Amino acid sequence: MASLSFSSSVSSSTPFLRPSAFFLKPRSISRLPLVRAKIREIFMPALSSTMTEGKIVSWVKSEGDVLSKGEPVVVVESDKADMDVETFYDGILAAIVVNDGETAPVGAPIGLLAETEDEIAEAKAKAAAQSSSAPSATATKVEESAPVATKVEAPAPAVAAAAPATPGKVVATPYAKKLAKQHKVDINKLVGTGPFGRITPEDVEKAAGITPAPKANVIAPVAPAASAATSTASPAKAATSFPEIPGSNVVPFTTMQAAVSKNMVESLSVPTFRVGYPISTDALDALYEKVKPKGVTMTALLAKAAAMALVQHPVVNATCKDGKSFTYNSSINIAVAVAINGGLITPVLQDADKLDLYLLSQKWKELVEKARAKQLQPQEYNSGTFTLSNLGMFGVDRFDAILPPGQGAIMAVGASKPTVVADKDGFFSVKNKMLVNVTADHRIIYGADLAAFLQTFSKIIENPESLTM
Amino acid sequence: MQSAISLSLSSPSPIARSGVANTSNACWPMPRSLRFCGLRREAFDSAASFDASSLRFVRLNLQPKHSSLSKVSAVLKGNGAPSSSGFDYDLVIIGAGVGGHGAALHAVEQGLKTAIIEGDVVGGTCVNRGCVPSKALLAVSGRMRELQNEHHMKSFGLQVAAAGYDRQGVADHANNLASKIRSNLTNSLKALGVDILTGVGTILGPQKLKYGKGDSGEKIITAKDIIIATGSVPLVPKGIEVDGKTVITSDHALKLEFVPDWIAIVGSGYIGLEFSDVYTALGSEVTFIEALDQLMPGFDPEIGKLAQRVLINPRKIDSYTGVFASKITPAKDGKPVQIELVDAKTKEPKDTLEVDAALIATGRAPFTKGLGLENINVQTQRGFVPVDERMRVIDANGKLVPHLYCIGDANGKMMLAHAASAQGISVVEQVTGKDHVLNHLSIPAACFTHPEISMVGLTEPQAREKAQKEGFEVSVAKTSFKANTKALAENEGEGMAKLIYRPDNGEILGVHIFGLHAADLIHEASNAIAMGTRIQDIKFAVHAHPTLSEVLDELFKSAKVKVSSSSAVAEPVPV
Repeated sequence: MASLSFSSSVSSSTPFLRPSAFFLKPRSISRLPLVRAKIREIFMPALSSTMTEGKIVSWVKSEGDVLSKGEPVVVVESDKADMDVETFYDGILAAIVVNDGETAPVGAPIGLLAETEDEIAEAKAKAAAQSSSAPSATATKVEESAPVATKVEAPAPAVAAAAPATPGKVVATPYAKKLAKQHKVDINKLVGTGPFGRITPEDVEKAAGITPAPKANVIAPVAPAASAATSTASPAKAATSFPEIPGSNVVPFTTMQAAVSKNMVESLSVPTFRVGYPISTDALDALYEKVKPKGVTMTALLAKAAAMALVQHPVVNATCKDGKSFTYNSSINIAVAVAINGGLITPVLQDADKLDLYLLSQKWKELVEKARAKQLQPQEYNSGTFTLSNLGMFGVDRFDAILPPGQGAIMAVGASKPTVVADKDGFFSVKNKMLVNVTADHRIIYGADLAAFLQTFSKIIENPESLTM
Repeated sequence: MQSAISLSLSSPSPIARSGVANTSNACWPMPRSLRFCGLRREAFDSAASFDASSLRFVRLNLQPKHSSLSKVSAVLKGNGAPSSSGFDYDLVIIGAGVGGHGAALHAVEQGLKTAIIEGDVVGGTCVNRGCVPSKALLAVSGRMRELQNEHHMKSFGLQVAAAGYDRQGVADHANNLASKIRSNLTNSLKALGVDILTGVGTILGPQKLKYGKGDSGEKIITAKDIIIATGSVPLVPKGIEVDGKTVITSDHALKLEFVPDWIAIVGSGYIGLEFSDVYTALGSEVTFIEALDQLMPGFDPEIGKLAQRVLINPRKIDSYTGVFASKITPAKDGKPVQIELVDAKTKEPKDTLEVDAALIATGRAPFTKGLGLENINVQTQRGFVPVDERMRVIDANGKLVPHLYCIGDANGKMMLAHAASAQGISVVEQVTGKDHVLNHLSIPAACFTHPEISMVGLTEPQAREKAQKEGFEVSVAKTSFKANTKALAENEGEGMAKLIYRPDNGEILGVHIFGLHAADLIHEASNAIAMGTRIQDIKFAVHAHPTLSEVLDELFKSAKVKVSSSSAVAEPVPV
């Protein structure tokens, strides 16, 4: 048995707002400040964090008993255990407001403690007024006001008007009621969405702002019907529940993965289109062989080529921020998508058009190292104006990239493969060709713009000498 | 089967066995086989019954007279011939429930020619519509509860994907269990040679009755002694319309034809509690309607309170106490089940509930209609057949009706299957010339929730009342499952055991257990009460470690008895 002490002084102030006649009756109010009676309340203590109401197991003391500080007065049953409640003050137990076996919400007075015998009668009168006027002051009514801890001088505001009292009309399931009590949701204000308009646990959770935990006990044969019902009830949030597949393993997103997920969903609001272009890479490959010993990577070559093409086609480097205007970016920052540790990040080669190939390659190496060490600064991965994604090293011949929010276009580069081509004179030859596919925001970049950009890009790749200049 | 029995006549083993059986009968006034819900005998199955019947044969063959073969076509089997001439049977039992079955088995063991009349199915309520199928459902609910308790599983280091169930599969399990137990019960009666007479039994006069279906094929038989063991049916208070679909009794609920989202259970006794355990585990929300001021009125208050904290408060259950369900209308015309509540004291309307289903678990009413009690001037009291402490039927003038007994739910003394069986055995002891009075305070009771509740003897208030009247002192000892190794290993530390006893002489007045496997643990206490074992003696008994039984060990040891052990120090046994 643990012991807790709880009591408060009534004479100076009323520590609670219970809508009982006690505080509404003018007589009592006028008398209170006059007679400087020390009548203290013993109120229902919160014995556990989840306790919303307590039941009086038994009064250890009876009315008229003299109490001394620290003495157990009453045994209270919470949701967890029975506990002795003791008083902080000496006095006489003048009146018991909540009797054995009755229940009161946390903070509600359960008894009155008089300092001297003279006050007993007065305390009794109050108690009588209290209990007679509120015989059915059940938890629901008191709920609204009881938890308010503010000390309010009498006269108390007229709370009585707020009590709607429509018994029997509000139908809530047992668990819904429990949840409402737990989260202090006024069940009378809810609109039920359950069968026959009843208030379900989900309704209460929604009102309390809790996202309902996925039901653990999904009942196999019932599940499809249940999810169908919820989707019709809230069509806006359809597709939120999937059938459970036994044995599945749920792994939450990392921060990086969550960011990817968020960006991908956001991208759906942008109207995009795609244009593909085959480019011969024989010259580029030859150049690459030459500059490779100097630390130049294919990524740097492609980034440099894209940057040079973008200089001639500023609209492809632009951004549509509000759906009403073009935002032309002053610098050309090429973001390059990199798969890393189960995530995806886009380190940015800033001013790729201005840096030479060797500096660019060096810069790229630094960025990748930083990305691996998770040390990229925000401007090093979110300042891109155009994105390059290359899956060619896997042998992918073509693919389709999703446009990241905030950019105008993204280029998806496939593998370079030997291809039979016929020239304008009808001669066949085998050349290395790669397919480049650009996804763009059609609000600002139109088909012809993109086609022109790709044509420029292909010329640079096919005549790559300019890249080294 | 019968041919097999005749073979065993010549073998020596049955003779040896008969000797053993005789001594044991002489030693124990209490029967050896106190059947718990009829689940005892079928464990041996036909092989064991076979032995028992052959044993009977041996003994009966010592007096080789097949004099008055009965007029009825019933075949005379191992059951032997009536010992007193002029009667078709020594004993006829009306009703083949657990009580009747227990009585019949013991009667055959005592050499009585026995018949049992059954108008419905063998096994009665317990096997077909009661304890047996409900245990199947509770076995499912226990597992569901465990699998759904993520915290519980995690603390074991177990990972379980969302647990689900197939309603029909659960229902089939309950049904299969009932039919298995029923056929085992029937087989055990047949193997012993008890005549199973089909039809409704009616008493025509002293030692005379008829049985049969309708007017055709009714047969009149005579018996030296008659036992009424007709049992009970679910009690449905007036105003409640049971449609068997949305407003149901335990009879329907055990078929588990549907699992409602929200079910109101009227009555929070054993039946109501067990069903609340089943329904909440299967995903329903439950509303209890209890006429008394508190839930679980039949239990020791302290146990009830703890049980409520574990079995009711944290689950999706709410309750209305101190109210009667004055009117319950089944769901129809697109409306849910409507329940009108009135204050139990003032009878004023209090509330109306709208739920998906209602289960009536307000208790059970004796099934004594059509028994022909008027032919022997017996008046039932609220349907119950009045009996004395020896189960002898009392007539309207307060006189004992000779050779007529009533056991089980029909007499209302203690409406438990195993109590009926014990009463039946007690009656058989009496009709075979050994006076026997059953100590009802030694009969344990259990509620198979998760965790279980069990009890034997008096509750604390009852004990204190008795102590005040008779002027003795009462003490209470308690132990917790939290201190028990096995319970903690199972992560089931919730629970307590409580002992109510006399400190002056160490008599056990009552034991109440709430916790893991409480229903199995109670028997140490109930046996101690039945045998009159005192605490100062039983505290020296040894319990295997680590087992749940140590909860009781500790309980007995924590009692403070003022007298010391009564038994003499046993001879040292070298090991």
